[in-house]
Amino acid sequence: MSATPATARRSWYKRNEIAVTPWLFLAPGVLFFLVYVIFPIFQSINVSFYEWDGLGQAEYVGVRNYEELYWDDAFYTSLRNNLIWLVLYLLAIPAGLMIALFLNQTVTGIRLYKSLFFFPFVISQVVVGLVFTWFYDPTFGLLNQFLGVFGIDPINVLGDERYVTYGIIAAGIWPQTAYCMILYLTGLNAVDPEQIEAARLDGAKGYRMLWHVIIPQLRPATFIAFVVTIIGALRSFDLISIMTNGGPFGESRVLSFYMFEVALSEYGFRMGYGAAIAVVLFLIMLCFITYFLWSMYQEERGR
Amino acid sequence: MFHKSKALLASVAASVALTGAAFAGSHAKLSGDLVIFSDMSNPAPRAVMEGMVERFGAMHPDLNIELTVIDREAYKTQIRNFLSANPPDVANWYAANRMKPYVDAGLFEDISDLWAEEELADLASTKGAMTLDGKQWGVPYTYYQWGVYYRKDIFEELGLAEPATFDEEIANCQKIIDSGRKCYTIGTKFLWTAGGWFDYLNMRTNGYDYHAALTAGEIPWTDAGVAETFANWRKLIDMGAFIDNHTAYSWQEAMPFMVNGEATAYLMGNFAVSPLRDGGLDDSKLDFYQFPAINASVELAEDAPTDTFHIPSGAQNKEAAKAFLKFVVSPENQTLINNGDNLGQLPVNSKSSVDDDKFLKEGFAMLSSNSPGGVAQFFDRDAPAEMAKVAMEGFQEFMVKPDNLDKIIARLDRAAQRIYK
Repeated sequence: MSATPATARRSWYKRNEIAVTPWLFLAPGVLFFLVYVIFPIFQSINVSFYEWDGLGQAEYVGVRNYEELYWDDAFYTSLRNNLIWLVLYLLAIPAGLMIALFLNQTVTGIRLYKSLFFFPFVISQVVVGLVFTWFYDPTFGLLNQFLGVFGIDPINVLGDERYVTYGIIAAGIWPQTAYCMILYLTGLNAVDPEQIEAARLDGAKGYRMLWHVIIPQLRPATFIAFVVTIIGALRSFDLISIMTNGGPFGESRVLSFYMFEVALSEYGFRMGYGAAIAVVLFLIMLCFITYFLWSMYQEERGR
Repeated sequence: MFHKSKALLASVAASVALTGAAFAGSHAKLSGDLVIFSDMSNPAPRAVMEGMVERFGAMHPDLNIELTVIDREAYKTQIRNFLSANPPDVANWYAANRMKPYVDAGLFEDISDLWAEEELADLASTKGAMTLDGKQWGVPYTYYQWGVYYRKDIFEELGLAEPATFDEEIANCQKIIDSGRKCYTIGTKFLWTAGGWFDYLNMRTNGYDYHAALTAGEIPWTDAGVAETFANWRKLIDMGAFIDNHTAYSWQEAMPFMVNGEATAYLMGNFAVSPLRDGGLDDSKLDFYQFPAINASVELAEDAPTDTFHIPSGAQNKEAAKAFLKFVVSPENQTLINNGDNLGQLPVNSKSSVDDDKFLKEGFAMLSSNSPGGVAQFFDRDAPAEMAKVAMEGFQEFMVKPDNLDKIIARLDRAAQRIYK
């Protein structure tokens, strides 16, 4: 087929097909991302400078919402709880790794054991919350029945401001561990057997083998586990809502829950103040997101 | 969460005659659509709502009524959206300050003209609760008394009588505690139950007018009267009158303590009677008394929350909506929907009759003749929503850590200065 005038004047699309097609495929995703993620971010930032009950006229108040946040004890309680969540939630990663290493063997019925360990991730957070609420019940709960056997007085985990956040985090770690376990199990499948062989010949075993040979190869899995766990910790909401409703006297609130309470719950009518909390939470998340994006970029370049 | 039941009512038209008689003459023919959003999602209220729609539809065969029942808790957050985006013709809500945000935003229709009609003169007792800015914004359809529900059999066993004063109450309580029980069960996980205790202690210590002024922001929380109320509350807390660990329970989860006899009384609304009966407490074991007087110089006042119907200002068929509201408050309908087989609460129309139920009769007598001070709605309906939230959280903290009172009061005062500005 020789070049005819017709093919020389191919349509614009035909000429740029290679460049344009990816954008065409991306377009729906980009559009929805803009409308449902990017635009609301700026909208929230804008609302946070207003006092607005969601119904009437919005009144511009400048940074007064932020100023009030600065004086608000409840905000610091939420922020502190968010930090506790962030730190303790990360325990799910080593726990998940341990279970994954333990389950990474070939014995009869291992598939069954794996699915049993994965089970808590499959059930809804609401169910997890309810189960743990009953477990912690100071009068009838399993935990306190168990402690009673050893003569320990019942602990009102969810009703005592000292223990409540830890109690909820423990409930959250249960499914999160299962998630990390799955990530590591798939990672372990990709570990190079030849390297293990070589390490064994060099006399490595046990802990040294794990630390110097296995874990470096699991790096991609660890990275993903970090990302999902940190994001999971920052958006913890459903467990708190189900288990304590933010109580007792607001001691188990985190930022996302406080925002909901202030702006959207039964007693909340302060959209501006809620938006200000959301902006703070967004800034915290932004630190992590930037770090993750940066390290991903570094990795890509390193190849 | 949405359940739709369309009542296409032409077919029921035959059964009109009885219930419709009162209205048949007084109204022109209604037609078009009547859209009703309701929060009456629990089984009994739901049946009542559906029954009302059916009977009203039978009276107006040309009217196509569309009823949407929304889960009661979800309704509280959805109402904001649908009132502004997609208003029905009739919507449920609550009286007093709870309707203020919607009234202020112009989302509820002023129905003062309806209240001026003589049929509504029989609702005088609840008119105050429906009035904001001198206008009426809806009609009530039911209300219920609060008070102390107690284990009659345990009182008899310990030789106790219903207390009339706070000193008697405390003396009773001491005997109950000595017998190895707790005086009161309560579940404060969702906070409002503690609001009930504050309402009563404050109304008995300082009177209704003081309480109304406090919830309206005219009296600061640092006032000496408030301190006295908390001091009275503290007497009960320090003697160990309340069950342990109440912060972990909802009001329903606190009931087994009373059913099992570990606690003897419950300060609650009349809606607690039905689950307590289901739990096995018949009328020989369950009884009721009015919250005792604390300060002899103040008149007794009660909490009696009122549930209501409103017409959104964006309603399409206001004529039919008004006719429906009039139908709801009519004496016949009030008698029927509030009887023991239906809502089991008190009718708002003074021409209605109260069902033959021990607790309803006692409650009705109490509210109509032994509440001279006034009738409050409830803490979270009298105070603005934000204030209610902060304050009830403070009450819960106080019940667990009474020593924090100064900090709590300071916090409430700060919140009040912002909210009532």
